[in-house]
Amino acid sequence: MANDAQDLPRVAGNGLLDRRLFMRTLALGAVGTATAGVSLADPVSKGQPEWMLAPGATTEDYGTPSHYEMARTRRWTVPPAGQTATGRSIVAFTPHHQLHGTLTPNGLHFEVNHHGIPDIDPDQHELIIHGMVRQPIKFNVAALANYPTETHNYFLECSGNSGRLWADKPTPANLDITHGLLSGSEWTGVPLATLLDEAGLQPGAKWIIAEGADSGSVSRSVPMDKAMGDAMIALYQNGERLRPGQGYPMRLFNPGFEGNTSIKWVRSIRVTDRPAMTRFETRTYTDLMPDGKALQFSLGMDVKSVITRPSNSTVLPKKGVYEVTGIAWSGNGRITRVEVSADGGVTWADAALQGPVLPIMLTRFRIPWQWDGGPAVLQSRAYDEAGRIQPSRADLIAARGTHGNYHFNGIHSWGVGEDGGIAHVYA
Amino acid sequence: MSTPKLLRFCVFLLAGIGMTTAGADNGFGTPATEEDIERVYLSIFPDGENLPDGSGTADEGKAVYEMYCTVCHGADGEGTLADKLVGGRGTLDSDSPDKTVGSYWPYATTVFNYIRRSMPYTAPMSLTNEEYYAITAFVLHKNDIISADKVLDRNSLPDVSMPNRDGFVNAYPDIPPEYDYMH
Repeated sequence: MANDAQDLPRVAGNGLLDRRLFMRTLALGAVGTATAGVSLADPVSKGQPEWMLAPGATTEDYGTPSHYEMARTRRWTVPPAGQTATGRSIVAFTPHHQLHGTLTPNGLHFEVNHHGIPDIDPDQHELIIHGMVRQPIKFNVAALANYPTETHNYFLECSGNSGRLWADKPTPANLDITHGLLSGSEWTGVPLATLLDEAGLQPGAKWIIAEGADSGSVSRSVPMDKAMGDAMIALYQNGERLRPGQGYPMRLFNPGFEGNTSIKWVRSIRVTDRPAMTRFETRTYTDLMPDGKALQFSLGMDVKSVITRPSNSTVLPKKGVYEVTGIAWSGNGRITRVEVSADGGVTWADAALQGPVLPIMLTRFRIPWQWDGGPAVLQSRAYDEAGRIQPSRADLIAARGTHGNYHFNGIHSWGVGEDGGIAHVYA
Repeated sequence: MSTPKLLRFCVFLLAGIGMTTAGADNGFGTPATEEDIERVYLSIFPDGENLPDGSGTADEGKAVYEMYCTVCHGADGEGTLADKLVGGRGTLDSDSPDKTVGSYWPYATTVFNYIRRSMPYTAPMSLTNEEYYAITAFVLHKNDIISADKVLDRNSLPDVSMPNRDGFVNAYPDIPPEYDYMH
């Protein structure tokens, strides 16, 4: 074990160790296995676990997690029972404190369904492209299946993710509530540019108005450079057809843009020369600044990171060397660097990035940390290839105040107490 | 000619034969009809493009609002189960900004369009265009934006002057420098 780590080389204050250390020297010693005493009169099975003593279950048509995990690794959902018939959001949050890696399981992907999840018959659903095009055209699922596809790993983040961190006081909430409107998946679909080219854009076409087949026909205006760039009509998520909560049978996906623009259940794309100024790009998803003005079409998701382990859902059991790990992401492209601090931002050390580092995708980082039993504040700070650097909460608030609701990307802080307890703090 | 080029050439020839189908040479889309487009074209623009026929006033809208909207938004738009619709003027730069139709929404066409396409919450699009004009008029009147007898229709609705019409700053593609923490 790592108890004798007092002389390990430190790279920043309060116990941060070289990011390569786990690979080099800290291989955990093998735990000795005791052999149970079996006498001549006993069956050989004596002392063996019960699940080894009879054949196990048969396979399922559709696999599910262990029932032990089903009971504890779950999304946090709102609103409470009885409110679903109102105009309030219907939301599910990814439990990042219970997950690892960079791909979110489909059943744990976040959802925000402003008007509920429609039950769409894929044989009746059509996407119609119209407006400033040479020939209005429509596609059903079978027609789209004929096109060459693209597959990319992308994160998707609601601009309301971490909205709670604008508040004056730190929150006792777990990472699902503070960072769970974020997930990462492999998305497969048809480039939207292919379909727009087929319809034929007219001169002066600058926007598309995308609309879903949900009961609110949620609608967003998207700039043409995105529509003709990396936007796609997604059909598959992590290899299987989209789940209903992700837009089955088809959704628009705008990589790096705030999640609401990636219209689920998309049925209409109107090509125009101007935005429609829909409810969700005026009343909602606009960011109120201290001077009373609001940022509109703040579509890009900025560079951000958070430590997922340790977190306030765990306790450090004793002094020793721990892995500090988390996720970093940016709508601007690749993550280039993540630094970690154990002293509340006084000193920083580079974390190791898990490869491959992909653009517009979650990137996992790790660094070893020797906890000496004293108070500590763990933070992470991400950099991206566009040159953006994740700001301190104070710097973010100095620029944008505290009433923006959306696009909080400030540095997140875990306070570690002498008892090993962990709490969200502002530092 | 290499095999891929030959293949592309053949596809080009075949597509040329089938030009009566829509769009580009190798596409699989089919032409959308006027009826198709009319069904899905719900967007209404600030200049009034695509507003439907019909009209309504706040006086007419009061009863409609009471029947379909009060249960979630309150009799006076004060908000109960769902959003507050009325009040909040002058609060956007305060410590407690209050974002309502009256204080925040920049376009009356957006108000009409959102109500028409998605309300009542449990039965969207179930009312007539006359009723949607009337409800919109009622909500705007409650916010002291129009008079109780003002007739809203495809011509007058775009001209309604919303208090926060100039309250928004375009942030695409970049956040304006004065709001960017890196400046």
